[in-house]
Amino acid sequence: MNGGSTRVPSRMKRLLGVVTAALLAVGAVGCGTGTGEESTGSQQEGGTVELEFAQWWAPELPDGSFQELMTQFESQNPNIKVKLLSGPYASTKQQLVSGAASKTLPDVVGLDGAWVNDFAKQGALTDLSALMAEAKYDESQLASQIKVDDKTYMIPVVNFVYPLFVNEDMLSKANVKAAPTNRTEFLDAAKKISALGGNVKGWALPLDTAVPNGIQNDVMSWLWASGGTMLTPDGKPNLTSPPVKSTVEYVKSLNDADVIAPGSLTMKEQDKVEKFTAEQIGMMIDSLAHINLIKKNNPDLNFTVAPIPAEDSFTGKRGLPYASWGIGIADSTEHKAEAFKLVEFLMSQQANSELSTLANGFPGNNTAEPDFSKSDPLFKTAFDIYKEGYPANEFVGLPKSEELMRTFDEQLQLVLTGKQSVDEALNKTQESWASVI
Amino acid sequence: MEPAHIDRTVMPEAATLEAETSTSPARDRRRPFAVRSLAPYGYISPTMLLIFVLLVIPIAMVVSYSFQDNVIVEKNPVFAGLANYTEVLTDPVFWTAIKNTFLFITLSTIAHLVLGLAFAMMLNTGLLGGVTKAIFRIVYILPWLFTIAVVAVIWRLMLDPFGVVNYILTTLGVLQTEVNWLASPSTALWALTFINIWSGYPFFMISLLAGLQGISSDLYEAAAVDGANSIKQFFNITIPQLKPVLISMAVLDLIWTSQQFALIWLTTGGGPLNVTEMLSTYTYKQAFSSYEFATASASAVIILLLTMILAFFYVRQLRER
Repeated sequence: MNGGSTRVPSRMKRLLGVVTAALLAVGAVGCGTGTGEESTGSQQEGGTVELEFAQWWAPELPDGSFQELMTQFESQNPNIKVKLLSGPYASTKQQLVSGAASKTLPDVVGLDGAWVNDFAKQGALTDLSALMAEAKYDESQLASQIKVDDKTYMIPVVNFVYPLFVNEDMLSKANVKAAPTNRTEFLDAAKKISALGGNVKGWALPLDTAVPNGIQNDVMSWLWASGGTMLTPDGKPNLTSPPVKSTVEYVKSLNDADVIAPGSLTMKEQDKVEKFTAEQIGMMIDSLAHINLIKKNNPDLNFTVAPIPAEDSFTGKRGLPYASWGIGIADSTEHKAEAFKLVEFLMSQQANSELSTLANGFPGNNTAEPDFSKSDPLFKTAFDIYKEGYPANEFVGLPKSEELMRTFDEQLQLVLTGKQSVDEALNKTQESWASVI
Repeated sequence: MEPAHIDRTVMPEAATLEAETSTSPARDRRRPFAVRSLAPYGYISPTMLLIFVLLVIPIAMVVSYSFQDNVIVEKNPVFAGLANYTEVLTDPVFWTAIKNTFLFITLSTIAHLVLGLAFAMMLNTGLLGGVTKAIFRIVYILPWLFTIAVVAVIWRLMLDPFGVVNYILTTLGVLQTEVNWLASPSTALWALTFINIWSGYPFFMISLLAGLQGISSDLYEAAAVDGANSIKQFFNITIPQLKPVLISMAVLDLIWTSQQFALIWLTTGGGPLNVTEMLSTYTYKQAFSSYEFATASASAVIILLLTMILAFFYVRQLRER
């Protein structure tokens, strides 16, 4: 009978144990999600601050090279440690969207210009203009700054430009003497390449609506290359202007001439690169970042890069589309001064040169020069094109820029499938954009 | 005869169990009522807490978001009543997504059932040898082993205008020119549905094969004695015997297919011209492209309600069994 009297407490203990474990588990989940306004950086023993830096750059650089840069920074700033939170671009974006919403962004964040407006409007990013003023930072050395309401929220660290890639062997076979420099020459070259037969076409136009950046890279690039703009001077949409109409009509003329690779409406950027690599298209507008990939997959491919063709009568400076690895600081961090030191380091002449060399991109610091001695000669060619023109990407800093591209994309698809005119498409897009911008 | 002697040194556990059982009512009477009545809840509390944190709270948050304006992106969202639901329900793209989703899941489920049953019966037949069956079993199940990303890449390549499918069809003279299967508004939804059918039928095949193997051969023998041919046996024995499995699988497949996102996103992204836009892609775009988390939440709640109708039928079917 004694057993009975000892078993009740024993069962109770077990029960209490199970409940306690459950509470701990729930507590752990709760702690893991953060508490809204808390800072992610931490003050360690001895006054050392640990900064969290979320970005997608490290996985795209040679193994360990970005960590080496961080080690350099830590040796220059012994009281600051950097913890890299690295992931692919898409997952970094989703993590930052969630972090911005819950005010739990890491102290320093890698940014794409397309995200900045939305994060800034949420109050998730801190005003870098104020930090630069506070640190007496010389802004003139920065190639560009991404502003919202006249305040800087992102500084482009490395820029990746999108020139015209041309398959030189195909051009020769098609009896085209040199890479096209204007729209008429491009159409002519595209027709001649398409006439080579087989599965070959002159150009590719990826219009997949899941990732609609084809509008930015492959459509609007024609506008910017001729010095055009899709916005009014005060930043409002201006899609019904003659330059934009001329651009869309030109893209339609390429489609009507049957020089665009089939499957455009659901084609993705990587499909375009694969088609160029497999010599199924003769020309494409693409990121320089893909040069190494193309050469790895088809070492025998004879290609070069050239400025994007402009309108026939255009003689001014050409805009060159670009994408950036940008940097920003979370508004919720308690270590803004330390975070800005990291920004200053990455934008310094030496570190910025080193990083842009590693990334095969162009520096965000005007005084930095990438080292092309070990790079493919095409990077030097592209750098010359870059210096002759100017970086142009009007989607950077716009609110809901991906949605704007998608709206344009859907209307352009209707034009290319003959379901509406260019004017109708531009009027509808203008109306849609005006409600956002 | 001597009474049986229980050696407690040999069977200590059994003896303790016996002692416990015999004294249990007396002990229970001594335990406080609160402890006795709360103990079961204590044991299920870990599961309940996890369900609460991982299921109830997120669902409640999404439902509450759907009644607010500019939620997440605004610091101080305001109550918007049913405005988000009105916006979603008056959006023509949402109704396109409803229509596409209905076609996609209905055709996929019917094809999964028909193909799954056909292949399961083939693998269950006595006409084929064991080795042949094993080979076919592996071949038939292959599509199910690929992750959806691989499935998407394979079919994007095969259905490319210059891909192997067009090559075969034009070489055989079935087609005069190449077709943009995934990029043409007239074929994209059917091509996408075909890919989904291809990747999903093996699960039905395996489940129905298990069901077929559970049907007693006596039933078929008795039917044969009564003069029933194969077709009559199929409709009067096989189908009725498989009915519970078929209904459960069909309802589950309707639910699963309605949640299909990755395949659509990786192949067509909802395009071209929204012809493959589904409820899942529509909701994702609202949230992560338009940053309209409130309308995305309203759309998600509508999907939840539609799915709950299917779940209701599934649970009722389980209860009937």
